[in-house]
Amino acid sequence: MPNSPSPQGGGARARMQRWLPKLVLSPSFVLILFFVYGFILWTTYISFSNSGMLPDYSWAGLRQWSRLWNSWTWGIALHNIWIFGLLYIVSCIVLGLLLAILLDQRIRAEGALRTIYLYPMALSFIVTGTAWQWFLNPGLGLEKTMHELGWQSFSFNWLIDSGMAIYTIVIAAVWQATGFIMAMFLAGLRGIDGEMIKAAQIDGAPAWKIYLRIIIPQLRPVFLSAVVVLAHLAIKSFDLIVAMTGGGPGNSTAVPATFMYSYAFSRNEMGIAAASAVFMLAVIAALIIPYLYSELRESRS
Amino acid sequence: MIARRLIGGIGCTLLPLALAMPASSWAGDQQGDKQVEVLNWWTSGSEAQALGVLKSDLAEQGIGWKNMPVAGGAGTNAMAVLRSRVTSGNPPTAAQVLGFDARDWAQRGALTYLDDVAQSQSWGEVFPAAIKNFAQHEGHWIGAPFEVHSTNWVWANKSLMDELGIEQPESWDDFIASMQKAQEAGYLGLAYGGQPWQDATVFENVVLATGGADFYRQAFIELDESALNSDTMVQAFDRMRELLQYKDDNSPGRDWNLATAMVINGKALYQIMGDWAKGEFINGDLQPGQDFMCFRTPGTQEAVTFNSDLMIMFQTDNEQQRELQSTMARAIASPEFQIAFSQAKGSVPARMDLAADQLDACAAKGYQQVKAAADHNTLMGSMAHGYAAQASVKNAVFDIVSSFVNSSMPSDTAAEQLAMAVQGAQS
Repeated sequence: MPNSPSPQGGGARARMQRWLPKLVLSPSFVLILFFVYGFILWTTYISFSNSGMLPDYSWAGLRQWSRLWNSWTWGIALHNIWIFGLLYIVSCIVLGLLLAILLDQRIRAEGALRTIYLYPMALSFIVTGTAWQWFLNPGLGLEKTMHELGWQSFSFNWLIDSGMAIYTIVIAAVWQATGFIMAMFLAGLRGIDGEMIKAAQIDGAPAWKIYLRIIIPQLRPVFLSAVVVLAHLAIKSFDLIVAMTGGGPGNSTAVPATFMYSYAFSRNEMGIAAASAVFMLAVIAALIIPYLYSELRESRS
Repeated sequence: MIARRLIGGIGCTLLPLALAMPASSWAGDQQGDKQVEVLNWWTSGSEAQALGVLKSDLAEQGIGWKNMPVAGGAGTNAMAVLRSRVTSGNPPTAAQVLGFDARDWAQRGALTYLDDVAQSQSWGEVFPAAIKNFAQHEGHWIGAPFEVHSTNWVWANKSLMDELGIEQPESWDDFIASMQKAQEAGYLGLAYGGQPWQDATVFENVVLATGGADFYRQAFIELDESALNSDTMVQAFDRMRELLQYKDDNSPGRDWNLATAMVINGKALYQIMGDWAKGEFINGDLQPGQDFMCFRTPGTQEAVTFNSDLMIMFQTDNEQQRELQSTMARAIASPEFQIAFSQAKGSVPARMDLAADQLDACAAKGYQQVKAAADHNTLMGSMAHGYAAQASVKNAVFDIVSSFVNSSMPSDTAAEQLAMAVQGAQS
């Protein structure tokens, strides 16, 4: 009876099939549970404790939170992340979409161009930051080169101007991420049904109208993904700022992530640092959870 | 996919905090062999050379040296490692620390008391009170002082001074006038590195020159609000603004040694910096007094603001390790080591009972001034280097001073903000 498995064997195999995925997934599940969620809970507790140089588990209520909100640098950090986040997300999406539309015109050497635009994403933020710091430093880079070429009145000193330094970080960050957003939009554009566009063309609709009315509205899910990806990149931005300005001049480019690092490690204020970390997590969660919720609901229906 | 990336992202954000959790031990087996493990961040040329003096001292006594250097972040990274080592119950034999850290560790009962060694070498008499303040906790010795660095120095290019006919300035007004002269001749008056700790180093010089030693103590050590937000402090900020006219526009973010190089290369007349700057001149084969000048910041001649490295030893049940800790402490405090170490590092000895004849001209002068300041109770901890107040207060001062330097903040607002920030950091 080669082709008829015994009922018992079939039961074992079915049970195996039911349990195997769970068994294989469980180590990573346990690790994530501990190292991600466990530490989230730990950090949250620390934010309500008296921790300074070392963790101290005595309960302090909202003391660290009120010190956080009274802190001078935290105000600057929040102001900066707001400017940086908004400009970064909007510029990346506008430029990325524009590049994707231009690349989508069935041009020659599209593959090579796409790769060129995508490459900055392969660099680490430290490399991007250091390179842009050299480039924008008035004594080393662009301004000096222009002066040497004879354009003496040229001036671009945003990097060392405390009012403008945050915008140089936006420039570098946009340079890095635009290619990636372009690739996302390009994939979205390729997925659009050509029949509808052809129909519009037959009706004599101009190209800009086709894009505005037909194509871009269909890219809605890509917009959503792009915003979520960029928003969390913006909130956790740290290395780029450390490499480019070190949070300076003064504190003018401090952001929540550099704030947290500085309070945890150089100011012996682990409690405040934990409170700021929890706050950042809450902001990210406020962005991500509705997104995940809608995604999951869509895939279920 | 995105969800997983996001979770990873959150993990990354929290990772630095997770570092402070008990970490797995990576130290080798310390038991049995005669070896000390020393955590430090002395990795640059002169620092490593200075540490080498201790290493060879111990090697002569048959003690092995397991170096544990953690570079970067001016010790921040090393302190993060130290915290995780101690929290996980696996501390190194000894660690190099600065400022209030030694006392913080002692409060947690983590340190070995060095009272026996201190008694036998009469540390109580040879180290000045200002240093004892950091090396003692509740009457017990908790750290062996390596050296005294002072931060109220001006480093000047001698040939530029000769060329412009500038005498060593003795008063603040002369100091400003000489920089004005340099600027009019097309040189920079002041080589300036625009990093928060450097802003604060220059500012504490200005405060000391403006208000004198008593005011400095009241404002930066006692953190008296009425001194922090006072007319004298406003005047200090005014003077700071005046001083900043003589720096170049491209200073933000510049490292201190690049600013020193501007003095060495004759681009700038002065730099206000601690005595570690001397190493840069010496490395360039320049002679103090001939090629470059060192003098106390005009107006601060009577006082010295200092910082000082301490070696702290961690408690252990191992009898032999305790023995080694005593040996190391004894070696650090010995007269020969104190001289040899300072020669390599550019500082002056922490002991006040040694002869200056083996030190170079700048250090010899500095050593006499430190001794005099110790006698007159004007040897005071440097705010910029964590010897005047706790790290949280120090950084609050950095915040305000650095914002002042990099903006057009009025002096009275700055003084007001300074008092508020210092209060906030203490709450």
